[in-house]
Amino acid sequence: MRWGVLQFPGSCDERDAVNACQRTGAEARLVWHEERDLGGIDAVVVPGGFSYGDYLRAGAIARFSPAMEAVSEFAAAGGPVLGICNGFQVLCEAGLLPGALLRNKNLRFLCRQLTLHEVPSGQFTTPGRGELTTRRLSIPGKHGEGRFWAPEGVLDALEAGGQVAYRYTPGENPNGSARDIAGVRNEAGNVLGLMPHPEHAVDPLTGSTDGLRVFEAVAAAGVAA
Amino acid sequence: MPRARVLIRPKEGILDPQGKAVERALPALGFEGIEHVHVGRMVELDVEDPDQLAALCEKLLANPLIEDYEIEQLDGAA
Repeated sequence: MRWGVLQFPGSCDERDAVNACQRTGAEARLVWHEERDLGGIDAVVVPGGFSYGDYLRAGAIARFSPAMEAVSEFAAAGGPVLGICNGFQVLCEAGLLPGALLRNKNLRFLCRQLTLHEVPSGQFTTPGRGELTTRRLSIPGKHGEGRFWAPEGVLDALEAGGQVAYRYTPGENPNGSARDIAGVRNEAGNVLGLMPHPEHAVDPLTGSTDGLRVFEAVAAAGVAA
Repeated sequence: MPRARVLIRPKEGILDPQGKAVERALPALGFEGIEHVHVGRMVELDVEDPDQLAALCEKLLANPLIEDYEIEQLDGAA
């Protein structure tokens, strides 16, 4: 199992993502944004940061990079892709995930430990579409534009289709995301995006290793594909 | 080369916290009777073929899911 972790000018979490992948027992390497070849890579991380300075809109310019063209083809062929924070924004801008990420409701940059609830579905976890679990993950969030938004009809379809992957604890929604949504999958189930940072929750030293579950779930989607 | 201006604003009905923050700040400065403040973006560019403008707005300058845009052609044509 070998992960490829994209690296744009302005990425800042790619090394933690490589470390997280390695801690699941896999290999991992960085993929520079000008690379067009994902040969030998079994799963992709689009990491957090501020790709291309987040000019215009977060993720808007990164989506046109050669590496993202390759990722779009990889995802279309069923390859597993994990977008974290800015990576989630890039995947939404690229149309690989539904919706968009808007400025936090309170206009403040958020930086703290968050509680996520897993919503298992399809390839990423055990079957049971839309089923709510009590499985909670303690994972840090750090973003200024993390308010997930999609038209009401799309939100209904996401919930009905089991595409909501993670929710914030009701009443503790940190950024105003629609229906407390912290992460979503694509329809096929092989592309996952979330705002909080599982790659920063992989060592007991920093309080939680729950982030490893996210990487393992995406890797498992690759085995199934 | 013809000059154009693109105005991009959050779509109606999508919460615009920047606009709200500006709106709330105004009365504190003594400005009354102001509502529905929205903060958007403006892009100015020279473009050889203005027929491309709509496509480039759709593809890059705006995210049509969350933003509306308006194209003004300058150089007197506005």
